[in-house]
Amino acid sequence: MEAASAAQSRPRHRRNFLEERRYLAPALIAPAIIFIAALVGGPLLLAIYLSLTDATAGALGGKWVGLHNFIEAWRNPVFRKALGNTILFTVVSQMIVLVSAGLLAHALSKPFRGKWFLRFLIILPWAAPIPLGAVAWLWMYDSLFSVVNWTLVHDLLPGPGSLHLYKIVNAVTPWTIQPFDPPQWLGEPNLALGAIISVHAWRVIPFATVIFLAGLASIPSEVDDAAKVDGATGLKKFWYVTLPLQLPIATVALLFGIVFTATDMTVVYILTRGGPFNSTQMLTMWSYQTGINAGSLGEGAAISLYLLPVLIAVAVLMLRFARRTEVS
Amino acid sequence: MRFRGNLGSYLVTGPFAIVLAFPFYWMLWTAFKSDRDLYNVDNIPYKFSQGSPTTRNFSFLFHHTEYPTWLKNTVIVGLIVVVITLALSLPAGYALARLSGRFGQSLGIGIFLTYLVPPTLLFLPLSRVIADLGLQDKLASLVIVYPSFTVPFSTWLLMGFFKTIPVELEDAARIDGASRIVTLLRVVFPISLPGILTVVIFSFSLVMNEFVYALTFITTSSQKTISTGVFTELIRGDVFFWQGLMAAALIPSIPLALLYNVFLNRFIAGFTGGAFR
Repeated sequence: MEAASAAQSRPRHRRNFLEERRYLAPALIAPAIIFIAALVGGPLLLAIYLSLTDATAGALGGKWVGLHNFIEAWRNPVFRKALGNTILFTVVSQMIVLVSAGLLAHALSKPFRGKWFLRFLIILPWAAPIPLGAVAWLWMYDSLFSVVNWTLVHDLLPGPGSLHLYKIVNAVTPWTIQPFDPPQWLGEPNLALGAIISVHAWRVIPFATVIFLAGLASIPSEVDDAAKVDGATGLKKFWYVTLPLQLPIATVALLFGIVFTATDMTVVYILTRGGPFNSTQMLTMWSYQTGINAGSLGEGAAISLYLLPVLIAVAVLMLRFARRTEVS
Repeated sequence: MRFRGNLGSYLVTGPFAIVLAFPFYWMLWTAFKSDRDLYNVDNIPYKFSQGSPTTRNFSFLFHHTEYPTWLKNTVIVGLIVVVITLALSLPAGYALARLSGRFGQSLGIGIFLTYLVPPTLLFLPLSRVIADLGLQDKLASLVIVYPSFTVPFSTWLLMGFFKTIPVELEDAARIDGASRIVTLLRVVFPISLPGILTVVIFSFSLVMNEFVYALTFITTSSQKTISTGVFTELIRGDVFFWQGLMAAALIPSIPLALLYNVFLNRFIAGFTGGAFR
């Protein structure tokens, strides 16, 4: 067969060349590799180079300053706040995401009426563009017309609303809810942190849920049957059967969630721009303000490069899991 | 027993669905409110009162702002990026799917990992490059840069799809005398159409989600895409045009979300497939 097709294509040299596997594969892959090398690899190296110079937006060639930018960035309290917040946002939002997505995936893996519609609603935050979704949250956390506050004040707390949910809380729990002033979600440092975490979690929950669902669906029904025969049910089955089988794919979802949250600038930029008083500053936002607004390209690049170890760790872990799933 | 299982599912998914979808419900609600209704703290926000509902906000958005231009720009950038993405990732995805052995697998994962390098790490050097090329404030800057994240992602998805196509199908075509390239164009790509459509939708969606490059490279209003235009142009100083903002956010979100849902299952298959299987 090989010989026949080779004979047929002999008249034209170019076709002949493309018939050979060892030439065809590189010819097909090369354009993509070259493009990625030029637009990801190149700029990444350039970012590392810039971080070692005192380049500014105006002057093209910067002087070599070694690790000066990294040290200078570290000395700034705003940077340390930004670093701490990046970790805080990522860890807390991913904890919320894991629990929520676990519950949701478990519930959605069973058949029930209206599942398609509920799934559609749940996936909305991931499917819609995040710059637009974040604008909606900006409005919902508005200082004066916040619908979140209105609902809290009128339905949960004593007020002119209709639900008076506070009465249930007061009756059932030992705590008593007192009326309080509506919180300024984006104006008070601690609340602003919470607001940003809520938007990050809101965004990633749907993604983690669909990946978890895929993980659940990939468990063969024989495993279920075998577990049933062995008498494993409920929590026991979840712990010894479902969880270990789902762990690799769940880890991949988590790693993606970490990357999406830690390297995102959209949410913070739209909601607070790092304020009030840099209390919600993130590495990405601080790098933007230093590099673009203040024009210190070198220091801006150094700040964003502090994210690189996290990304490398994630990449290494992903490779690990890729190998493990391959073996099993 | 069955009912109890159902009830549990509703109890979990119901509240989550309400919280997760609420911002979109709120976009819809706000978009139809009049100024008098919206900016009155005594009004109940969940109800329409004085002058509402109104479609004035939509006509304002389309006739008195550059929103139509941003939509048009988004579609132009999206389409060109999709074409570039397919041109680069279709051949690469196919070749990676058919390359057997460790090398092909490592290369596939290597390309995928470049997707993890975020725009927030690259926008500073790239802004420099774009300025040197004289592409500042031009849509071309986005067209060049956006494939840097759509190509790795799409190559990965397509690699997963191509792996599900049996090699025997190609062999049959080749026995009939078709060359490798013809086999690829006439046999492999047509049956991969669902996978290719998935890549088109998700590349487009990635373009609409991108914020940092668009913010850094483009400052002229007429060259903006919706991802930055809506936020930077419809808020002037501390004057917020909330109804227009919500209408502007809602209009592209809903069709994209519907398309996204249609292709979701294929997306998951491609995403979790590839080299993780």
